[in-house]
Amino acid sequence: MSLLEARHLAVGYKVPGPGLFSAPRLLPIVHDVSLSLEAGRTLGVVGESGCGKSTLGRALLRLIRPSGGTVLWQGEDMAGIPDLRRRRAEMQIIFQDPIAALDPRMTLARIVSRPLATFEPGLSRKDARARAVEALQQVGLSADFADRYPHELSGGQAQRVGIARAIVGRPKLIICDEPVSALDVSIQAQVINLLMELQERMGLALVFISHNLAVVRHISHDVMVMCLGRVVEQAPRSSFYARPLHPYSQALMAAVPEPDPRREKGRVGTALQGELPSVLKPPPGCVFASRCPKAADLCRQTRPELREVAPGRLAACHFVEV
Amino acid sequence: MSVDLSTPEAAPPRGVSTLRLQVRRFAANRLAMASVVVLTLIVLACFFGPYAFPFTGEDADFDFISAPAELSWPHLFGTDEYGRDLLVRVLEGGQVSLTIGFLGALAAGGIGVIYGAVAGYAGGRVDGLMMRLVEILYGFPYVILVILLSLLLGGGNMALFAAIVFTLWLTPAVIVRAQAQSLARKEFVEAARAGGMTGSRIVLQHIVPNCISVVIVYGSLLVPEVILSESFLSFLGIGIKEPQASWGNLISSGTSAMDSDLRLLLLPGTMLAIVLLCLNFIADGLRDAFDPNDR
Repeated sequence: MSLLEARHLAVGYKVPGPGLFSAPRLLPIVHDVSLSLEAGRTLGVVGESGCGKSTLGRALLRLIRPSGGTVLWQGEDMAGIPDLRRRRAEMQIIFQDPIAALDPRMTLARIVSRPLATFEPGLSRKDARARAVEALQQVGLSADFADRYPHELSGGQAQRVGIARAIVGRPKLIICDEPVSALDVSIQAQVINLLMELQERMGLALVFISHNLAVVRHISHDVMVMCLGRVVEQAPRSSFYARPLHPYSQALMAAVPEPDPRREKGRVGTALQGELPSVLKPPPGCVFASRCPKAADLCRQTRPELREVAPGRLAACHFVEV
Repeated sequence: MSVDLSTPEAAPPRGVSTLRLQVRRFAANRLAMASVVVLTLIVLACFFGPYAFPFTGEDADFDFISAPAELSWPHLFGTDEYGRDLLVRVLEGGQVSLTIGFLGALAAGGIGVIYGAVAGYAGGRVDGLMMRLVEILYGFPYVILVILLSLLLGGGNMALFAAIVFTLWLTPAVIVRAQAQSLARKEFVEAARAGGMTGSRIVLQHIVPNCISVVIVYGSLLVPEVILSESFLSFLGIGIKEPQASWGNLISSGTSAMDSDLRLLLLPGTMLAIVLLCLNFIADGLRDAFDPNDR
């Protein structure tokens, strides 16, 4: 039994219908995503902006109600868990904008100890504070920070406070929604290493959402690539990075800048041609067909299913070369 | 680069809350601080001043009917046509006007904040329904609504108070709702939901405190609005009734005697003007200090 499992998960947002009195339409964001995650493992979710990564992360925690499919938490259907609110200690989330994730009017001790009021209602105020200070120390912030306010922090410090709030209830899973995209490169490394250290110490499972392939490579065990709300490739980290199979993954990989300036200079840019299709009017065929260098008529008419193309490797492409 | 957890990072010098920073910024505004002092003096004078005189504002002194303002004891600013001391009446009227002003602003603000925060956080159909109700109430002509309400509630101070609050809570509700809507999308609210907080707790502990800046600024403008509408209604004769004094009905009776004796209009009018100016300066200072845009 996996810690977290999603089966054919779909999420849509309600948008107003075309007319004044017509019924609201469902704008689909995430289609048919299935995944499973074991304790202590990290799943990296990559894709361009607007591909539904963050929506997927929130739907996995049921912060957004999915419009289809099921999420199983330790084998139990999340939709059927009574009083899910109190079980949320086990599944936490950290955010992209670390400062916006902290209430500007609360001290850090209050921010971090806040979830304990729900998860461990019997805890005295003093004990809750002690736990908050302990959590702050676990993320490398001294006890002096307890009475500070969010506006006194740097981005990296704020993100660590966000992590402290997530771990204070001793979770089993943390969804990391682009946790380092807003940070300086040097701070990014600190936060990533902190997450890996906490994972090792607490046996955490992580879902690491990012558009940065280099960061995902560092932290993940498995990688999932999303394009326009669909999974196009899923693979173990090492084989994925050795050779991505889906043309979209290859394009993403080609877009990663080369750290060595001499080699970067000689690199031939392979910017994608073509338009990103509208979410409102998804194409009938492959979601990547309009930009894919290999696209054929078949791709524009029939959608390729996500299938096992090699042991442990899934890809959704008609022309996968293994 | 790794995080060295054995020697935790040292904290910046002192924890200063946003509120404390804002108060400090307000204290640096001289005009606003002077207004606070003047307003405090007026409030103290209104509530304690009348005790310095051997009579109340309702006692007629038949030896001094329509006495002029000669600054001589005991009738410093003279008396009205019934021999009642003008200064004491103005001070007592101030009690009524200021009390209604501050309590009215507090009540209207309080109702508006809760209503707006709930609507803004809930969103969707609930929000639509709640805001349509506000729009319908906005649509009623203000004066007619107040007259109807005070007739319905049988007149008297309570009816006037209720009528004023009933019409003035709408604008704070709309302002707070807009603020709450943007706050509801902030990540710290999502974190609160991930932390298992219930909707009502999120509204009370995250949404409302973060609307405070806007509310304080708007609330300080609400006080003069309430005082003005009390004066206005009393002036029209549907507010505070004689013999009880309020600035509104004092100004009203002063206007009718304007041709023969201007001071009956000038004293309450000046007091009202000073208080309104002070409140507006304070509101201005608060807005500068609390403006959420340059936090």
